[in-house]
Amino acid sequence: MDRFISHKVKNLAPSGIRQFFDLVLKTKDVVSLGVGEPDFAAPWRIREKAIYSLEQGYTSYTSNKGLLRLRLEIAHFLKKHYRLIYDPGEEILVTTGVSEGLDLAIRTILNPQERVILVYPCYVAYPAVVELSAGRVVPLYTSFEESFKINPEKLKELIKRYKPKAIILNYPTNPTGVSYSKEELKELWRVLSKEDLLVISDEIYDLITYNFKHTPFSTFKGAKGKTIYLGGFSKNYAMTGFRIGFACGRRELIEQMSKIHSFVMLCAPIISQLSAIEALNSQKDVESMVKEYRRRRDFIVGELNNLGFKTLLPQGTFYCFSSIKNTGLSSLEFASLLLKKVKVAVVPGEAFGLLYRDFIRVSFASPFPDLKEAILRIRKFKEQYLKN
Amino acid sequence: MEDVLKILEGNARISFEDLAKLTGEKEPELRKMVNKLEKKGVIVKYKAVINKELLPGERSVLALIEVKVSPQKDVGFDAIAERIYKFPEVKSCYLLSGTYDLLLVVEGKSIHTIADFVAEKLAPLEAVKGTVTHFMLKKYKEDGVILRKKKEIKRLTITY
Ligand SMILES: Cc1ncc(COP(=O)(O)O)c(C=O)c1O
Repeated sequence: MDRFISHKVKNLAPSGIRQFFDLVLKTKDVVSLGVGEPDFAAPWRIREKAIYSLEQGYTSYTSNKGLLRLRLEIAHFLKKHYRLIYDPGEEILVTTGVSEGLDLAIRTILNPQERVILVYPCYVAYPAVVELSAGRVVPLYTSFEESFKINPEKLKELIKRYKPKAIILNYPTNPTGVSYSKEELKELWRVLSKEDLLVISDEIYDLITYNFKHTPFSTFKGAKGKTIYLGGFSKNYAMTGFRIGFACGRRELIEQMSKIHSFVMLCAPIISQLSAIEALNSQKDVESMVKEYRRRRDFIVGELNNLGFKTLLPQGTFYCFSSIKNTGLSSLEFASLLLKKVKVAVVPGEAFGLLYRDFIRVSFASPFPDLKEAILRIRKFKEQYLKN
Repeated sequence: MEDVLKILEGNARISFEDLAKLTGEKEPELRKMVNKLEKKGVIVKYKAVINKELLPGERSVLALIEVKVSPQKDVGFDAIAERIYKFPEVKSCYLLSGTYDLLLVVEGKSIHTIADFVAEKLAPLEAVKGTVTHFMLKKYKEDGVILRKKKEIKRLTITY
């Protein structure tokens, strides 16, 4: 069979991680800090809307770009929340998750061999999507010492050297929990505004922030025209299974993205679109979830630091990225041993970039008792199985 | 403080240590705060929400009883309400607007014990004009808690 598989596909994703994931999924009684989605079910009013839509017989296709009502609601939300103006007619496309929006954006802009800057550690889909378009990844590495934030000078240099077509930004960031203040973003825009490249900004965690209000990249003067803004429902509203998101950008870009979308996806599921309308009117539910995440964040980060795993306080998302450097183990070794000895699952840092073997991603999207149990087990693990 | 109350409402048995971790407050401060809230009567008591349907053996019966009463001079409904809620059988007692006045939640060993309570204790009171008794068949949700066995987790245990 092997000969039927394309090289491009065969070479996707590091295999060690996949085996580790399979092992976790097979292990019983795992306390998991490895989950990349909320532990909450979608708020009841959203689920109720989905049920009602089915009862009413909403089971058809919609227009390719998505229900106009939903696009209007998205435009309204962005305006009210961020003072961002997008035309629901031509500048907004409803996608089957941010995953699809990302794929469309890259496929729309990239010719083979063209380059895209990715900020590492980064979400696993980015390099894969670039590679599937035969593009080339230009890694911009961020370090613990830099608080995992982009150094504008490094960015400038990379652009000069590689002339990339685009950069993918993601903040609040999976896997580090880092986000950027308005001032920090302004610095980045100062660099990017002078260059001829497109920004794809994945802001799927925009409502899950703790320290300051989120600033969409396209709010800066002149940035809207050079940015594809990707927004989601999966994380903010705990709607991962609904598979819905949206992309905003210039008419010309959205039109071309819609073209691909109309051939390969037709439209996002109508039930999810109707539910998303309800979601945009469920901000109270979001607030209470974020409040809960914040409590857990404070707990878990405190405990990890106490245990000697240096961890920065996340400014958004439900992840933190902890250093395991002093254990002398690679992240995959550490995660495998942790699973084997005390049945706690974490994601090895190297899943997000090979340079991050000294880190693990810890998700606090789990109920408090689970977090507490996980910490007890990690303490035991440290005492029994780790040197120093 | 709202935070603390919210957490305690969800789990009255949480330790001060965990409470401190969750709120970022110091333990002694929290002890003081909770003490004060208890003294002021904001926190009335700590109780377990029990799903008795899962217990083996004999079950008690609950009834909601609507009571029509005539208010009394000067004291309104308070005096008659007090006479009624002092019966230990009465678990809760509310004054309502609408077609009747008091709503009682009454617990008894069986339908007969509750019927006896209504016939012998409640109905004979002079201020009581009439009663309607509803026996409770099933509890779905109580005090914000859905009374159902915990479902299995549906998420995959590891994802990016
Ligand atoms: C940074 C980031 N972008 C995109 C996605 C995918 O989101 P969606 O469910 O909208 O496809 C995820 C999910 O983990 C993510 O972390």
